[in-house]
Amino acid sequence: MVPLNYYLVLSAVLFVLGVIGFLVKRNIITIFMSIELMLNAVNLSFVAFAARWHQLSGQVFVFFVMVVAAAEAAVGLGIIIAVFRTRETLNVDRVNLLKL
Amino acid sequence: MHLALFITFGVICVAAAVNLLVQRHPINSALSLILVMASLAVLYLLLGAEFLAAIQVIVYAGAIMVLFVFVIMLLNAGVEERTGGSRVALRFGFPGAVLFIGAVVYAVTRGGPVHDLLPIGAMYGSPVEIGRQLFHDFLLPFEVTSVLILIAIMGAVILARREH
Repeated sequence: MVPLNYYLVLSAVLFVLGVIGFLVKRNIITIFMSIELMLNAVNLSFVAFAARWHQLSGQVFVFFVMVVAAAEAAVGLGIIIAVFRTRETLNVDRVNLLKL
Repeated sequence: MHLALFITFGVICVAAAVNLLVQRHPINSALSLILVMASLAVLYLLLGAEFLAAIQVIVYAGAIMVLFVFVIMLLNAGVEERTGGSRVALRFGFPGAVLFIGAVVYAVTRGGPVHDLLPIGAMYGSPVEIGRQLFHDFLLPFEVTSVLILIAIMGAVILARREH
């Protein structure tokens, strides 16, 4: 028997680690992976509450979050590839001018 | 036994997430993220969401992360360099992270009683039940996400196309 708060604490820790990675890292792909980490933390929270309140809609919502994350990952990586073609760098500090 | 499983895979989750932040090459971060997703799939199984655990492994760890690894290898991403900005972010980042985690944990555990126990096996996360919800109550979001995926496919193809 695991208390609900343990799951919420784990979800909060993972989310904060994702936020820290989003703010600290300089590689654009690692920043993107921190966003995926944040989404996973929120998914864990949803599933924990779905088990707590015996509502299956929490799990259905996680399904939709995964679909949206997949679509966002595809488009975001396409943008990264397009930016890399002109700038030749993956460092976000170097992509600071609108026109090369 | 459930507590032991939760603590084991919870520690693996947090350790892999910290490893994602600490590693300087993005391919190591990608592999750590795959480990986080696999441990989260086990936690979903503990919470009775067996369909979601399978979907997490197949879609998240098996398709999205593979896409990330492809892009990392395609762009030949190298080791992250240490700029001035990233040093400042490291020096103020870790105390800030501890403070932030402490604040969020305090806010989360202050609420309900600690005796909110989650019994194993009482939850019905089978594909039959989820399918019943998806095609009955959540039919409109389901159809809208199919349009969303179509738009994402078109966008990804156009963005990654080589200029002529």
